[in-house]
Amino acid sequence: MIINDKKLPDLPPPTSTSGPIGWLRNNLFDTPLNSILTLVIGYLLVTNLVPLIQWAFIDADWIGDSRDACTSGGACWVFVSVRLNQFLYGFYPESEYWRINTLFVLLGLLLAGMIYEKTPKRGWIALFTLVVFPVIAYFMLHGGSFGLPVVETHKWGGLTLTLVLALVGIVASLPIGVMLALGRRSHMPIVRSFCTIFIEVWRGVPLITILFMASVMLPLFAPEEIDLDKLVRALIGITLFQSAYMAEVIRAGLQAIPKGQYEAADAMGLSYWKKMGLIILPQALKIVIPGIVNTFIALFKDTSLVLIIGLFDLLAIVQSALADPKWLGYSTEGYVFVAFVFWVFCFAMSRYSQYLERKLHTGHGARQ
Amino acid sequence: MPTDVNKGVAPSSKPKFWNDPDKRAMLFQVLMILAIVGFFYYVINNALTNLDNRGITTGFGFLSQAAGFDILLTLVPFDSSYSFGRTFIVGLLNTLLVSFLGIILATLLGFVMGVARLSHNWLVAKVAAVYIETFRNIPLLLQIFFWYVAVLQTLPSPRQSIELGAGSFLNIRGLYIPSPVFESGFSAVVIALVATIIGIVFLVRWNHKRQDATGKYFPVGWASLALLIVVPGLVFLLAGSPLSWDYPELRGFNFRGGTTIIPELIALLLALTIYTGTFIAETVRAGILAVSHGQTEAAHALGLSNSRTLRLVVIPQAMRVIIPPLTSQHLNLIKNSSLATAIGYPDLVSVFMGTTLNQTGQAIEIIFMTMAVYLTINLLVSLFMNWYNKRVALVER
Repeated sequence: MIINDKKLPDLPPPTSTSGPIGWLRNNLFDTPLNSILTLVIGYLLVTNLVPLIQWAFIDADWIGDSRDACTSGGACWVFVSVRLNQFLYGFYPESEYWRINTLFVLLGLLLAGMIYEKTPKRGWIALFTLVVFPVIAYFMLHGGSFGLPVVETHKWGGLTLTLVLALVGIVASLPIGVMLALGRRSHMPIVRSFCTIFIEVWRGVPLITILFMASVMLPLFAPEEIDLDKLVRALIGITLFQSAYMAEVIRAGLQAIPKGQYEAADAMGLSYWKKMGLIILPQALKIVIPGIVNTFIALFKDTSLVLIIGLFDLLAIVQSALADPKWLGYSTEGYVFVAFVFWVFCFAMSRYSQYLERKLHTGHGARQ
Repeated sequence: MPTDVNKGVAPSSKPKFWNDPDKRAMLFQVLMILAIVGFFYYVINNALTNLDNRGITTGFGFLSQAAGFDILLTLVPFDSSYSFGRTFIVGLLNTLLVSFLGIILATLLGFVMGVARLSHNWLVAKVAAVYIETFRNIPLLLQIFFWYVAVLQTLPSPRQSIELGAGSFLNIRGLYIPSPVFESGFSAVVIALVATIIGIVFLVRWNHKRQDATGKYFPVGWASLALLIVVPGLVFLLAGSPLSWDYPELRGFNFRGGTTIIPELIALLLALTIYTGTFIAETVRAGILAVSHGQTEAAHALGLSNSRTLRLVVIPQAMRVIIPPLTSQHLNLIKNSSLATAIGYPDLVSVFMGTTLNQTGQAIEIIFMTMAVYLTINLLVSLFMNWYNKRVALVER
């Protein structure tokens, strides 16, 4: 009789089910079909990605000041670096770049303060960003007071203009969207139908037609003596469009508030505006922050449409730089640069909104 | 309670009318109507004065005037002698053409990528995720420009065309593909096809009834596929193959014959498909994830095979979640097709709100007509969706 009273040494897990080989077998080669798929896609990736990386990084030219510097046959990033200032600031006078830079830094600080969860008084920072910052930004960008020279709006361009359009669109559409959402849920039939029609009309037509309308029809509708600036007209169009989408996002938030909250506020004898302002909207707006971020992403991408009515946002300014006879044939580099800038902004924002969604969903028995 | 709460208030005194919510609401609405009417009166008055000062005529008389310009792609006969009203039709048809093709392609791509992102194969899932996260976050207009300027405009000239096989060629002027020529007798094939489809509908119904009554199952999918191929195929052969192909050929500096797909259409379709495909993929993924795993397990426990679990249990429930957002993506695609104007594809916005507006200057009528078209499409689709949603909605006790 054999008695082994010593513990046997632990064996390592079998290599076929754990470790790198096990992972490969489980995730890439578990069935014949998957093995074939893996091989085909792997082959396609290698044959396409290697030349792409070769073109974009290894064979690329980064430093120089004219197209003569582009000799390696890869991407010519010199095109972007030479015109980077124009792409960022548009036709803004070079001596005034500090104004835009200051605003960028201020905005960055405010956003960081809002996103970082341990900042004290985040609500006040948000309110400051939505109300005071646009005013500061207007005086800084346009100038004309405080001893700053005036910079006409037709000199604004590039990434600056893209950000101006998107931020004004979101800031102006927020209060209008709140009013429309409240109106659509109102018990007054005329208010309700007006808001519903307003929302559905602007949501039902493409942004291009609204921009066309703003740029062609607004001057007809305004009295003769008022000469609306091109940028202002575009901003009116974008705000109308955006507030309709914003209203629907906020309405979703209003609907998500339990009925008891409304009834409790009524029972306390609060007036309509106190009920909304103190009880319902603070809760509803908090719920819809991810939705607001998502519409902001859509708006940020849509600002590129102002190119069609002749404003020089980031895409338009790169597009016009492509037509420069000194730099013909570098369209791919230009577009890749713009795509990269947009992608970084949008991807970061979408990740943030996903994070918020996950955070808000805790404790409701939702998935994950 | 010993004291009456209402003691201080005289019972006969009604609340002041401005404290009565109903009357207040009435007053507010009257004011609102006055404000809206006043606003429109002001705007219309301004517009009439401005139009008068600029010498622009009003009304829809321009629709019957001769257009005087040509359009790159027309689905109905058109040349510069046709009216402006005709340009509206041409533009509308071109918009519908690109929207229709785009919806089909984007839905296909979206479903493939949405399913691929849930694949157990790590590589497939990652490729789908990278595709979705990349193209979703790049503006559509930029993608359209990229395909048009950076890809299609750099293709070789017709003499150095890229041969794609099957008689198709790709060059800077577009894609040249053979076009079918229907000879007499082809109508028989079409009739056979229609008859087969009607037959299949009856077959499916019969199968349903029989399965409900006896529990016996007939592989109706394979049978109808076989019918769909065999019956029209036989008729086609019996009628003496009444179909030939018109191949594009290089004559001089350009191709003749076949069908030409202009590069503007290709660029627009590529961009719309790839961009909208990402959103549809996310919709599909969310829909499939919304079907709880217990459903699959229950179906397996009942002895359903994998494919029938998918077909009878998972997909019907997932579709209920997928369809509403899918429709809104389709609507987005239709609206986004208006970006065609940036590269000169002759859609409604480009032809009518662009060229026709420039020629006539009648901005108000033209912009309202264009907006009305998109609104109508939106409204019709929404109505259809509401009807469909009611039909498939979960019936709860």
